[in-house]
Amino acid sequence: MIRIEARPQPSALMAYATPVLAVVLTMIFGGVLFAVLGKDPLEAIATIFWEPIFGEFAFFYRPQLLIKGAPLVLIAIGLALGFRAGIWNIGAEGQYIVGAICGAGAGLAFYPTESVLIFPLMVLAGALGGWAWAMIPAVLKVKFGTNEILVSLMLVYVAEQLLASMSLGLLKNPEGFGFPGSRNLQQYGSAHNAEIIAGTGMHWGVVAALIAVIFAYVLLTRHRLGFAIRVTGEAPRAAKFGGVNPARLVLFCLGMSGLLAGLAGMFEVSGPSGQISIDFNVGYGFTAIIVAFLGRLNPLGIVAAGLLMALTYIGGDIAQSQLGLPAAAIQVFQGMLLFFLLALDVLTNYRVRFGTAEVA
Amino acid sequence: MTDLLALRGLTKAYPGVVANDDVSLAIAPGEIHALLGENGAGKSTLVKMIYGLVKPDAGQMEMQGSTFAPSDPRAARGAGVGMVFQHFSLFDALSVAENIALGMETPPPMRTLAARILEVSDTYGLPLSPDRTVGDLSAGERQRVEIIRCLLQDPKLLIMDEPTSVLTPQEVEILFETLRKLSAEGTAILYISHKLEEIRALCDAATILRGGKVVGTCVPRDTSARDMAELMVGSTLTTPKASSHSTGDVALAVTGLSAASPSAFGMALRDVTFDVHVGEVLGIGGVAGNGQDELLAVLSGELAAGPGMVAFQGRDMHGIGPEARRGLGVLSAPEERLGHAAAPNMSLTENAMLTGAAREGLARRGLLDWAKTRAFAQRIISDFDVRTPGPENAARSLSGGNLQKFVIGREVLQKPDVLVVNQPTWGVDAAAAAAIRQALLDLAAGGAAVVVISQDLDELMEISDRFAALNEGQLSAPRPTAGLDVEQIGLMLGGAHGMEVAHV
Repeated sequence: MIRIEARPQPSALMAYATPVLAVVLTMIFGGVLFAVLGKDPLEAIATIFWEPIFGEFAFFYRPQLLIKGAPLVLIAIGLALGFRAGIWNIGAEGQYIVGAICGAGAGLAFYPTESVLIFPLMVLAGALGGWAWAMIPAVLKVKFGTNEILVSLMLVYVAEQLLASMSLGLLKNPEGFGFPGSRNLQQYGSAHNAEIIAGTGMHWGVVAALIAVIFAYVLLTRHRLGFAIRVTGEAPRAAKFGGVNPARLVLFCLGMSGLLAGLAGMFEVSGPSGQISIDFNVGYGFTAIIVAFLGRLNPLGIVAAGLLMALTYIGGDIAQSQLGLPAAAIQVFQGMLLFFLLALDVLTNYRVRFGTAEVA
Repeated sequence: MTDLLALRGLTKAYPGVVANDDVSLAIAPGEIHALLGENGAGKSTLVKMIYGLVKPDAGQMEMQGSTFAPSDPRAARGAGVGMVFQHFSLFDALSVAENIALGMETPPPMRTLAARILEVSDTYGLPLSPDRTVGDLSAGERQRVEIIRCLLQDPKLLIMDEPTSVLTPQEVEILFETLRKLSAEGTAILYISHKLEEIRALCDAATILRGGKVVGTCVPRDTSARDMAELMVGSTLTTPKASSHSTGDVALAVTGLSAASPSAFGMALRDVTFDVHVGEVLGIGGVAGNGQDELLAVLSGELAAGPGMVAFQGRDMHGIGPEARRGLGVLSAPEERLGHAAAPNMSLTENAMLTGAAREGLARRGLLDWAKTRAFAQRIISDFDVRTPGPENAARSLSGGNLQKFVIGREVLQKPDVLVVNQPTWGVDAAAAAAIRQALLDLAAGGAAVVVISQDLDELMEISDRFAALNEGQLSAPRPTAGLDVEQIGLMLGGAHGMEVAHV
C-alpha cells in the first residue's frame, strides 16, 4: 500500500531547490521523449537550451529572449499577486487579448495622425482593457460568489472570438486586400513600440516588466497591501481579523493581474507582433501560470523563470526547424516542467510511505 | 499486579529541544493516572509516543509485559490504546454513527453500529443518540462521540487530553462517573489536565513533568493542589489579585444585538444586551458553540451587526471595520489561535503587524516599518515571557500556551480602551494562565473595559466583577460575581445541557 503523509517540517532548502531539480528532471525525461521520437536527445536538449544563447545565430536569438520573456514576466507578476492571496486568475490569456485589442484600437483610431501622445494613450487603453476584462470575474465573485477560475478561463474563449471578429471586422486593414488582420502598427510611427536600443530586443514592454517586478517586490515586502495579500493566502480568517476586506482584495488582485496582462498584450501588438490578427495570441497568458509557479510566486524568481521559459520557446522553435521536432513535443516539454515542479512540491511537503497494513 | 503499561527511559529530542528526557512511568490496569505539567513540559510528546504518532529516540515501552513499539496510531489502537484528543475531529454535517463509522477500519453495517453505540452509551452513562447530526451537538456531547468511538474498540488504556476544558460542571460530573466505571472494569486511564482539583477528585496517581523530565510523582488525594502546582512550575505560585479599583463610565454598550452566524453550524445571537464600564471586567460564561465566536466577531468588527447595536464611548460602531476599531481603541483576541488570531506560517514579527499596525505606528502611509514591528514583537515576547528563540520564528512553531501569551500580549500592550478576549487561557498551563489573568486585571485597573468570554468558570469567578452566561445565543442579565456560587452559575449556563436524555 502506498500512502502520503505530511512532513512535520518541510525542508527550507528543498523549497528553493525544487525549481532547479524540476528543470533537470524535465531535461532528462524530455530527452527520453525526444529519443523515442527518433532524435538525438543530447542534441535536442542542447538545441533548446544552448543554441539560443551561445549558438551560431545567438546574435539573432538573444534579443528574442527579452521579447518573449517580457510578456511572460509582466503577466506572471500580476498572476503571482493573486495566487499569493489564493485568488486564481486563469484567464490572463483573455485579458492579454483584450488589452491588445484596446491598445491597437486606440492607436488605429488616430491613424494616420502622428503625435507623441498616441503611444501613451495606447498604453493606457491596453491597461484599461485588460483590467476591465478581469473585472468581470472579479465583480461576479464579489457580488455572487462565482468561481473566478471558471469565469476567467471561459472569458479567454470569449476574448478569442472577439479577436477574430476584430481582425475580420472593425479593425481590419482597409488597405489589406481583404486579408484578415489590422494595419501593421510597426509601420505607424506614433503607435510603434520600437526597440529602445536597436538590436537588443529592449522595447517598452521590457521596461514595463522591470518596473512591475520592482513594484511587486516592494508591494509584497514593504507595503500593507502586499502584507494583506500574504496573510490572506496564509490564513484567510486571520486576515479578516486583521482588518483585510476580502472583497476589495479580490478586486485589487484580479484587476492588477488583468491590467498587467493587458499591458503585455498592448506592447506585443504594437511591437513584435505588429498587428491584430486571428492567431495573435500564442499562449503567453497560460505559460505565465507556469512562470509564476516556477518562480515561487516571488518577483525575482519570476524574472529567472520568465527568461527560462522564453528560452524553451526560442529553443523549441529552433528545434522545430533544425531537427524537425513536432511543435506538440515542445509543448509537452514545457508542460513537463510544470508537472515536475508541482510533483516535487508535493514531495517537499509530504512523504510517500510504502508498506503493508500493520499488524492489527 | 503487573503493570499494564510501563515506560522506561523514554527520550525524544527535536532540533533545539529535548521534549522528553529519560521519562519512566507505569500504569496498572484500572488505574487513573494523571499526567501533569506546564505547556512545553513534554506531555503531548509523551502521549504521542504511546499513541504511535511519534517514535522515541531511546527507551522502551512495555504493554502487559511484552515490548510495545507502535509504528502508527492504528498499531497503537490495535494494541488497546485509545485516545480522546482535546480538539475533536468530527464532521458537522454527518450523524454520530456515520462519524464513528468513518474512524473504524472495518465498520459494521449501520444498524449494528447504531445498536452498539446505544449499548455502550447506556453501559457507561453517556447519553447519546446515534442518528443525531454532530453539528447540532454541544461540546460535551461531541466529546462523548469521541469517547464512544474509543470505547467501541475495548481499549485497555484510554488517554484523555484536557477532557473537561469544554464541559459545564454538570457535564464534568457525568464524565467522571463514566471514567470511574471504566476504571472499575479494569480500563486504565491516562488523564492529562491542568485542573488540579479535578485531578485530586479523580486520579489514583500522578506523574509530574517539567522541562521534559519527571520531577515528581504523588498521590493526588493526599497532596494539595498548591503543592502539585508548585511541583509543576518549579517555583511558588502567585494567584492573580485584583487591586481595588472603582468602575466608571460605560465604555462599551451592546443593545438588542441580534446577528446571524456566518457558519452553517454556528449559533445566531439573539437580543444580546450588556454594557461594560471603564475599569471593569465582565465575564461571559457558557459552553463553546453557544454564540461565543459570533459575539467576539461582532465586537471585533469581523461580523456586521445592525445600526445602534454596538456603541463604544457612545459612538455607534455600525459599519466600522476591525482595523478602524483598533484605531479607536477596541481590540480583541479570538479563541482560535492558529489561523484566526495568528497566521500559522508567518513569523511572530509578521503576526505582530497583523493587529499592531494602527496603534503601534508600524505603518506610515502604507509602508511597513519592519524594524519597529520586530521591536514590538520582541517586547511582547519579553513582557509576556513567550518562550521562543526569537520573533523570526513561525507562529506555528510555538506551543499553544506560548502562542496564547503572544496573542494576548499583543493586544494588551497596545493599551486598548476595550479589550474582548475569547478563551484567554484555553490549554494554557497554570503559571501562564495566572500571568494572562493578571495582565487582564491590570489592564482593567488601568482604566480599560475588559470582556472575558470563557468556559472556565473558576477563571471567571477569579477575575470578573460581573458575570453573565451565554446560552443558545442569548445572554443572561449580568450579575455581580461576588455572592454567586458555582452551582448557581452552572444553572445560569443551562448546565443541564444534554441531561434530559440521561433521565429517559
